[in-house]
Amino acid sequence: MASELVHRFESVQQVRDGLRDIDYLADDGIAGVAYLADRLGKPVLVEGPAGTGKTQLAKSIAEMTGARLIRLQCYEGMDESKALFEWNYKKQLLRIQADKNSESWTDIHDDIFSDEFLLTRPLLEAITADDPVVLLIDEVDRVEVETEALLLEILSEYQVSIPELGTIEAKQIPLVFLTSNNTRELSEALKRRCLFLHVDYPSMEREREIVLAKVPGVTDSLAEQIARVVRSIRSLDLKKAPSVSETIDWARTLLLLNIETIDETVAKETLHILLKYQTDIAKAAKDLSVDE
Amino acid sequence: MSATETRSMLDLLNGFVVQLREAGLPVSLTENLDAMDAVQHIPIEDREAFKYALGATLVKNQAHWRSFETVFEVYFSLRGPEYKLANSDGESSELDDLWREMQDASQEGDGRGGAGSLDALTPEEIAHLLMQALMQGDQALMKALARQAVQRFAGMEPGRPVGGTYYLYRTLRNLDLDGMLAKMADAANHGQESDAGRLEQRLEREEFEHRITEFKAEVEAEIRRRLVADRGAEAMAKTLRKPLPEDVEFMHASREEMVSLRKALQPLTRKLAARLARKRRHGRKGPLDFRNTVRHSLSYGGVPAEPKFKYPRPAKPELMVVADISGSVAAFARFTLMLVYAISNQFSKVRSFVFIDGIDEVTDYFKATEDITEAIHRVNTEADVVWVDGHSDYGHAFEVFWERYGKDISPKTTVLLLGDARNNYHASQSWVIKEMRMKARHVYWLNPEPKSYWNTGDSIVGEYGNFTDGVYECRNLRQLEGFVEKLA
Repeated sequence: MASELVHRFESVQQVRDGLRDIDYLADDGIAGVAYLADRLGKPVLVEGPAGTGKTQLAKSIAEMTGARLIRLQCYEGMDESKALFEWNYKKQLLRIQADKNSESWTDIHDDIFSDEFLLTRPLLEAITADDPVVLLIDEVDRVEVETEALLLEILSEYQVSIPELGTIEAKQIPLVFLTSNNTRELSEALKRRCLFLHVDYPSMEREREIVLAKVPGVTDSLAEQIARVVRSIRSLDLKKAPSVSETIDWARTLLLLNIETIDETVAKETLHILLKYQTDIAKAAKDLSVDE
Repeated sequence: MSATETRSMLDLLNGFVVQLREAGLPVSLTENLDAMDAVQHIPIEDREAFKYALGATLVKNQAHWRSFETVFEVYFSLRGPEYKLANSDGESSELDDLWREMQDASQEGDGRGGAGSLDALTPEEIAHLLMQALMQGDQALMKALARQAVQRFAGMEPGRPVGGTYYLYRTLRNLDLDGMLAKMADAANHGQESDAGRLEQRLEREEFEHRITEFKAEVEAEIRRRLVADRGAEAMAKTLRKPLPEDVEFMHASREEMVSLRKALQPLTRKLAARLARKRRHGRKGPLDFRNTVRHSLSYGGVPAEPKFKYPRPAKPELMVVADISGSVAAFARFTLMLVYAISNQFSKVRSFVFIDGIDEVTDYFKATEDITEAIHRVNTEADVVWVDGHSDYGHAFEVFWERYGKDISPKTTVLLLGDARNNYHASQSWVIKEMRMKARHVYWLNPEPKSYWNTGDSIVGEYGNFTDGVYECRNLRQLEGFVEKLA
């Protein structure tokens, strides 16, 4: 490895408290794995349903440690020129044309494949950075299995090999978070290199605290009610259960509407904020109105 | 950590990994090393963190978490000070203190002020106490009562080789939790003013249900601890083990297991779709893409130095699924329908058919709704699949299929037949399959029965199988996945 590990965290408790200070409420698993990631210098693969705060976790850790967040949004068809590096062809061309007759071929050859003509992309940027960084590789399940292989070298060795330049090693080991919505099975090779963290919908107590932390002005009893209703709706067999971010949106809406206690009518009228599919809304509305 | 400590930790961890592997979890060598690394940083005393540390390094699939947790609880149940049995001295006095406090706080302990210990209570009082604990959500008291209940009602005998479910059943039967739920709901309503909304009541009830589930889990954990203490972790690991979702048999899956099966299906059908379509993104077989070439030539000063090609368009897979939904494969049929539903979301052209002795097309049921339970319900109630008596008749079903839909099979079509081929000694009409195979791209048969049962009794899977591109045993997700892999 390129450099010795510099530990950012003292203990699991410190991670949790630190995250709490910036309004991210971590449970045992989240704080524990973040702490381990720092200690072992390994990337974390965060998996779970959409909208449970996977991306937010990376952002919050970056904020907490005062590091810069470098984000690579994955998409189908992504290739190394978008993820790792690319040669600046146009500039190279200009360089060759600028002095056609003065220098010998070898000089130009060495010259045009140097740092000056290299365009860094997120992955390369993360390991060449001098300041502390957190690297977020978002929605890694969107790329094809073949493209995953691009990530392997950087995840296990923290280095990038560029054929013309050689291997660039990391100056420091960044914290790396990969997120996945589990739309497909990731390759064994990728999983093996990562710590695995599953982030599920929070427990009712935690969700209530999240609402309290994220929505200023909400009362204790309303937050409690919100958390209970959301748990109740999640227990239904839905196409897409309400996520934490949708819970927060709902809380904000209720606050704007000056609603202090939720009753059936309020719940039904604002369901469309929690649920995004018409079939789900109909189902939840039906369920809420039938007593027992 | 000193050398000996590290050594004993290593042994402990190795034993654990062996247990995990025996439960079917794939743990690689590197993951084992990572776990070893991880436990250097997390003390074993911090139980939850320790569990998550091991989980993060050893378990890379959320579906395996439950199995992991069970193995963990069994293996580490007696390693750690706070996990001793309730009988030990410190523990019980702590409980009694709690109980005395309770008595002091509430004036309800009428007539029994003298009793200072939980052990001295009558069953009615235990029930009353439990109800209070549940209603107030008092975690500590719930825990204490779970222990007390197991000690009292489970009737555990040392050395008796029965599984935990038996004891669980005995304990819960004595507590009558369903009755308690009703009583709790009554009490809650009674206490409040009647204008509390119906929504509020409902939420309250759900809260109680949630607490009761928690209590049951606590009882289960207590029984497990006692069993392990009695018979040792190694012996219990085997009996208490929970199968991985991919090893659960479709025919015998519980409701809970069905849910996790359905979740696991989604990625699999994507894979199936990809395999059948055989994407050819690599390889330049397509014609020259003139536009793209000219655009890229601009970087080379107008010289088309980098020719660009169009990618060949992958063929759109067409799929016909023909599934048996008769009683003999009822459990499998449910799964089959889930599979059909999942498949129809992935493929552009899927037609699905179900049959018992008659056959009917059900494509529209799946298209019309986004709700799978509703679709399955409609298939089971509305599809016209009974011709004479509602006993499987593959021959007749295939014949009708060929008559009505045979003309729709094209060289691009893949046909999946799902069923146990138990034909009740009717005529097989296997020529249909033969014809089908001539016309279609592929014909596959998936059989939910164990291979050893094939061609016994009225099963004639062999006769049909001769005419297909392959018959596959498909009893669990692992085998289904194997089938998908083989398609490549």
